[in-house]
Amino acid sequence: MIVFQGISKHYEDHGVALEDVSFEIDPGEFVSLAGRSGAGKSTVIKLLIGEEKPSKGRVFFGQYEVNKIHDSDLPAFRRHIGVVFQDFRLLPTKNAYENVAFALEVAGRPQREIAELVPQVLDMVGLGDKMKNFPNELSGGERQRVAIARAMIHRPEVVIADEPTGNLDPFHTFEIVKLLEKINQLGTTVVLATHDKEVINNLERRVITLDKGRVIRDEQKGKYILV
Amino acid sequence: MFTIISRIFHFGFKNFWRNGWLSTATIAIMTLSLFVFVSLIMFGVVTKSAASSIQDKIDISVYFNTNTSEDQILNIKQSLESLSEVKSTEYISRDQALAIFQQNHANDPTISQAINELATNPLEASLNVKANDPSQYGAIADYLSSASLASYIDSISYTQNQNVIERLARIVRDVETGGLAVTILLALVAGLVVFNTVRLAIYSNREEIGIMRVVGASNSLVRGPYVVEGMIWGGIATILSLILIAPGLFFVSPYLNEFIPTLNLFQYFYTHIVQLFFYELLFGVVIGSFSSFFAVRRYLRN
Repeated sequence: MIVFQGISKHYEDHGVALEDVSFEIDPGEFVSLAGRSGAGKSTVIKLLIGEEKPSKGRVFFGQYEVNKIHDSDLPAFRRHIGVVFQDFRLLPTKNAYENVAFALEVAGRPQREIAELVPQVLDMVGLGDKMKNFPNELSGGERQRVAIARAMIHRPEVVIADEPTGNLDPFHTFEIVKLLEKINQLGTTVVLATHDKEVINNLERRVITLDKGRVIRDEQKGKYILV
Repeated sequence: MFTIISRIFHFGFKNFWRNGWLSTATIAIMTLSLFVFVSLIMFGVVTKSAASSIQDKIDISVYFNTNTSEDQILNIKQSLESLSEVKSTEYISRDQALAIFQQNHANDPTISQAINELATNPLEASLNVKANDPSQYGAIADYLSSASLASYIDSISYTQNQNVIERLARIVRDVETGGLAVTILLALVAGLVVFNTVRLAIYSNREEIGIMRVVGASNSLVRGPYVVEGMIWGGIATILSLILIAPGLFFVSPYLNEFIPTLNLFQYFYTHIVQLFFYELLFGVVIGSFSSFFAVRRYLRN
């Protein structure tokens, strides 16, 4: 489903971000991308959602060759993916309900369907009673749950989470990881980039470990090991 | 398609309302710019009236020898009216000239008595000629000085007042071209101020634009609401600027009227308010929406 084929990414000012990275992810998998800060995890995600283009190699997502998607076709492509970021990236002028609804609105879904689905998904992430709250009225954990609700509401094929627990305390971290596992159980592929040892070790799922832009380990029931 | 358009308008109105302070600040700047814009239109009206009022005061008078008959003068009048440079002519017969003279000196017994003592009317018949454009008086004077007319004509006031007429003609021309240049320049400044204000407003939303793109919003859905917001800003600023300028014109109008009696600026504003509203709306909404359109473009790359 997702294929990285000999990917290298070089930045003019910041040197090498990725060097000859290759891996495949099958539908329904839960894969963690592990590694220190600067190992290249975020670059992998940026390449996957078409935010960056590789210097060498090819990225496939289903029938798309991501590195060849034209700018104007990126929005349609991104509707196949749900993305969760460390800094939540919620729209500050929209409340929780509207932030989640936005993912359906951009896809042109009818209002009736939106009105039915959004409360259900917000209930699922435990925010049924905070639908009208704006991001600045929510805690970090709550904001991230809104972001997860937004990432999954349109039933994407893949949910990608880039350090989703980076700004959260252990309790909220646990909640968020549980949510991601739940999404995976519903059949959605999950790619989780994190440098949190606890999270990776507790998951006991496939781990791709990156170091200095290279894949140094790829194990089916991996642990967080950097050397 | 309809769903997308209705969402664009819905988001636009909602953003406008929720970005209260940003909207207020942008509308304030746009109102001032549109105030300048409508002031420029009014300035144009004033300069035009001032120019035409000066122009109206310029004419040349042709004085005919006392032995030229009325028929001959009327023939010359007719031939003058057929010239493309001539706007109007007015014939003043010897009797009328005498009556005007007597009326003007009614309070001066010495002159009245002197006139009465003369056996014949000493005043000459004349034609007052107005040109379409002040620069054309020279050509009209040349025509009147031609050899075929020389025997009928005693004098032409143009030759005596040539300097004054030319100077006035130059003032009229300068006022008109100067006014136009100032108008264009200030309208450009007002347009640039609005453009930059909107750009700053969009700049403060650049992160949101990025988020929308990542969530999968198409370019039109990202850009559309900002364009709608720009249109709302322009529309409100239009109304506010008209409300703002009305009392100013009401106050200034009587003073201007003293200098240019033919001009009632407030009345002009009042009778042309619908037209002015649409000019401003066009200026405000077009600049507001175009500025948004171009400002968002640079954040739509990824």
